[in-house]
Amino acid sequence: MQIGFEMQGRTLVARLKGELDHHSAATVREQLEDIIKRQNVKNLIFDFTELGFMDSSGIGVIIGRYKLIHGMGGEVAVSGANAHIDRILALSGIKKLMNVYKNTNLALKAI
Amino acid sequence: MNNRMKLEFLSKSSNESFARATVAAFVSQLDPTLSDLSDIRTAVSEAVTNAIIHGYGDETGTVVITCEMDAQNQVTIVVEDHGAGIADLALARTPLYTSRPEMERSGMGFTVMETFMDSVDVWSEEGQGTRVTMTKTIAPPEEASISTPDQAAQ
Repeated sequence: MQIGFEMQGRTLVARLKGELDHHSAATVREQLEDIIKRQNVKNLIFDFTELGFMDSSGIGVIIGRYKLIHGMGGEVAVSGANAHIDRILALSGIKKLMNVYKNTNLALKAI
Repeated sequence: MNNRMKLEFLSKSSNESFARATVAAFVSQLDPTLSDLSDIRTAVSEAVTNAIIHGYGDETGTVVITCEMDAQNQVTIVVEDHGAGIADLALARTPLYTSRPEMERSGMGFTVMETFMDSVDVWSEEGQGTRVTMTKTIAPPEEASISTPDQAAQ
């Protein structure tokens, strides 16, 4: 699992590359917590364009960060999810909590 | 196609991707669609993660997967551990219920398995372990437009 971070104003874009499962979730969680603490992050976009696989462990990671960011008055969004990951997002109710965009440009415009 | 395989590995989280990739590689001989293959990888990942987190927890044990396919292209995958077992199966299968909220588990594991597979059966006994049996029938690939000489002769 590789994660690329980019700040766009006060919005953090986290680009996940690889497979998000229980094993890799620990690293993702750690790195996100670290950067959110260090940078002046208000909003968070999970960019899944290069994420090939995700199981329900990913749901836990997204909801965990949602609670944190939303609690500080920010927004969380997901972008670029493939059809399979999109099904898991729908199934878990994540789509009722946050917006899901085709790509990060659209997400950045909307946030 | 009748075929069968058995896979045994330690309950380490780094084996989760190995387990789902191996099952997917085995099932690939049925020419499944990418969507069917994703469903199977995800369901296996959920069952294996459950065995590692809930079955064994801080201990290391063995997870066994058997995968069988029959003449009707039905795939049966059994994921088994000899860990703690599940005290209340109905509760464990309830969407969004998790016994490990502090680990940021979503409680969606069984729901994902049930959604992506045709059937999910769970046997569990406290102190004995848990066995998850899942089936999915793979539709045969589209008929090839060019028949082989043998078929043409029939």
